[in-house]
Amino acid sequence: MTALLTAVVLALALDASTLDKLARGSQAERAGAVSALAAAGDAAAAPLLRALVEGRLYAGPEGPVLIEEGGTLRDALTGAPAAPRDDLEKVVINNRMRRSLDRALAALALFAAQPAERLAAARALQQEPDPDLLPSVEAALQREKDKQIREALLTTQAMLALSAPEPARRLAAVEQLRRVPGSTSKRLLTQRLAVEQDPAIAAALKGAVGSVEDSLQRADMVGLLFSGLSLGSVLLLAALGLSITFGLMGVINMAHGELLMIGAYATWLTQSLFRNWAPQHFGWYLVAAVPASFLAAAAVGALLEVTVVRKLYGRPLETLLATFGASLLLMQAVRSAFGAQNVEVANPEWMSGGITVLAGLVLPWNRIVILLFGSFVLLLVWVLLSRTRLGLLVRAVTQNRQRAAGLGVPTPRIDLLAFALGSGIAGLGGCALSQIGNVGPELGQGFIVDSFMVVVLGGVGQLAGTITAAAGLGIANKLLEPVAGAVLAKIVVLVFIILFIQRRPQGLFALRGRAADD
Amino acid sequence: MATMTRRLLSLGGNLSWPQWKLPGAGLRTLFPRWTWAIVLGGYAVLALLVPVLNLAVPASSALHVSDYWVALGGKILCYATVALAMDLVWGYAGILSLGHGLFFALGGYAMGMYLMRAIGSDGVYGDPVLPDFMVFLDWKALPWYWRGSNSFLQQAAMVILAPSLLAFVFGWFAFRSRIRGVYFSIITQALTFAFMLLFFRNQTGFGGNNGFTDFKRILGFPLANPRTRIVLFALSATLLLLALIGCRLLVRSKFGRVLTAIRDAEDRVRFCGYDPVGFKLFVWTLSAAICGIAGALYVPQVGIINPSEMSPANSVEIAIWVAVGGRGTLLGPILGAALINGAKSWLTVAAPELWLYALGLLFIVVTRWLPDGVLGLFRREGK
Repeated sequence: MTALLTAVVLALALDASTLDKLARGSQAERAGAVSALAAAGDAAAAPLLRALVEGRLYAGPEGPVLIEEGGTLRDALTGAPAAPRDDLEKVVINNRMRRSLDRALAALALFAAQPAERLAAARALQQEPDPDLLPSVEAALQREKDKQIREALLTTQAMLALSAPEPARRLAAVEQLRRVPGSTSKRLLTQRLAVEQDPAIAAALKGAVGSVEDSLQRADMVGLLFSGLSLGSVLLLAALGLSITFGLMGVINMAHGELLMIGAYATWLTQSLFRNWAPQHFGWYLVAAVPASFLAAAAVGALLEVTVVRKLYGRPLETLLATFGASLLLMQAVRSAFGAQNVEVANPEWMSGGITVLAGLVLPWNRIVILLFGSFVLLLVWVLLSRTRLGLLVRAVTQNRQRAAGLGVPTPRIDLLAFALGSGIAGLGGCALSQIGNVGPELGQGFIVDSFMVVVLGGVGQLAGTITAAAGLGIANKLLEPVAGAVLAKIVVLVFIILFIQRRPQGLFALRGRAADD
Repeated sequence: MATMTRRLLSLGGNLSWPQWKLPGAGLRTLFPRWTWAIVLGGYAVLALLVPVLNLAVPASSALHVSDYWVALGGKILCYATVALAMDLVWGYAGILSLGHGLFFALGGYAMGMYLMRAIGSDGVYGDPVLPDFMVFLDWKALPWYWRGSNSFLQQAAMVILAPSLLAFVFGWFAFRSRIRGVYFSIITQALTFAFMLLFFRNQTGFGGNNGFTDFKRILGFPLANPRTRIVLFALSATLLLLALIGCRLLVRSKFGRVLTAIRDAEDRVRFCGYDPVGFKLFVWTLSAAICGIAGALYVPQVGIINPSEMSPANSVEIAIWVAVGGRGTLLGPILGAALINGAKSWLTVAAPELWLYALGLLFIVVTRWLPDGVLGLFRREGK
């Protein structure tokens, strides 16, 4: 029944000569046929065009043109079933044709029943504006009731009408485009400015280009700051634990980066468990992965403290080397267990996509979540350190180990707990990192130098310093990247740190100032 | 500026240069008699016997030393020199550098520049002046810092100057700000990391990822010739011997005593009226220069230099050579470098999976149970 109906409608929209041109004509003829079908704005031509794009249209030197659908052939014009023939050949299209077909399909989709489809079509037409489609867009605009789609259509219309013959329409188009800054608007406005004859419109164009450029720059800036902040929050999670253990015990844990890696792998394992045992709750695996990554990294950290760090107490340089050995062991162990390749950690559904804050600026959800998560962990750590008994003891040991021990603080237990806590926070950092980057055995290596720099820059055991340094380094990295390239940005930041500590070595390093070191 | 120069020349206020005796006077007592015998005997084997066994003894003989062993040995000799230089700063001045691989690589790159130019028009693209990678990047002329790099003498000077200048400037800033202990270590690590990133860039003009390779000749001698290689091998052994004697002279002098005092209690040394900056800066720069020379001898023997030599992990490995052999012993690090690199070249072929486990465990075992290294073991038993 449906097939019959389609066939009837098809027959109305298409005549044999258009179809013939489409399937057997020269390139120019075929392009003309596509434009004609698109301009006619008849949704019924869509199956034919789609078949052409997807390579399901067959034609011989003569006879009816056929569409293949699910293994059976139908006449493109009448919809009647047809038998395969020997002389049938797939109608091939080149890239240019494919693009104009995509545009035509989008133009047809402007009249689709689903609002989402119409919106997508209006946006798709903005990618490569084709003035020939202006009538379709205007027809759609007249029928459209949805406010959001109308707005998108207006923009599309303005983009297409920029070269309209009437000056008034051009002016209206310029005004519309000024309100929706984006790289396409900017390109179109600049192109038009180069050929515009009318002085009034040229002035308007100039103003519009300037204003679009300004807002684009603002959006870029905000976007960079934002990705810098989210990078900073991962850095912060990595550096927080390092800063705590360093302040407490004066040791540098070179395996800290590997604890991040452990956290990321714990996230991956949780994800795999969910995928296998509870696929219906897959979206919530991350919630379970947070405690899992914390516990996994904390356990490894505690083991490291008991077997290595504790035994080397008072020999910080040796501790550094021993923990480096531990980092090699951890890396190789993960490689043996899960392979040297990166593993794939998928964002849960609710974290994909983003919110549009400004025109031309989309903040991805995963980065927003990470930023919030980082702040949340920070808050927890702050509460833990400043409001709980454990925090009090940790601070006491940090400030003066001997005196704290003399007052009955069980320093070995505090060391162990603080080390496990710091490692657990690193694990959380790994969990966050798994959502925005690759997860592989070498994941920690890339972060270790950066997080040391945060500790060096921010000072020891001071939350405020660590936060400032992490956010500052994250943002500086991202801000310098477009100017100098990713690698040079890193180098500039490192050189800056080396110079910076020249000016403020006391405040950043020696908590006890010039006091004797022994 | 003038004060700075004066301070540097006087090496820290109160102390003048160590009073050098005429060469030879202190040499005989430099090592215990048996140690001297071992050192000189070892050198004679390496610099005289090995060349003969490699060149003159036929390959069929059981005594023949194959080219493979010569190449491996030459490599290890260079590493041992680096370990020695590292021991000078770590074992005697208490400065743990995690960036010594950088100085080694800089010396290597300085020599590599000369070797690249010495290829002449025998490269893949046959450009008489530009090295292959520049032709590949479509560069039209040599960058300014490559000027004169076809002169062996200039590049030989650069082998020493580049690492020591960098070490001097970096050390000047760091020691003056009294950055020490683990802080100094992680900043040296950041330094070598930054340089690695820099050298990875194609635009830096040092061959990017691939670095320098495909060398053909040095001073006109073809590098593929076993005789050239054996000369380089003997030179590496000689460098090691000279560095060993030089370092031993230094640490036994009054200068060395102050250095050890700085290692053990820097603040007390300062309270006694010495300024540690000059002392530390001198050994730090000297150590970097030795690494540079070792790197320069390493590159023609191994035939490649690339930025991975500057990776932080490489530099930490140098520290473990020293730790395994025994810190503050000079001879220990040489032994450590030989042991670990020997084991490495065997294990990475026999069981590549196991090598990182072994290395990781070694770090932990040595720091926990062998704080004085292998030599410390002997010493304690001897007493």
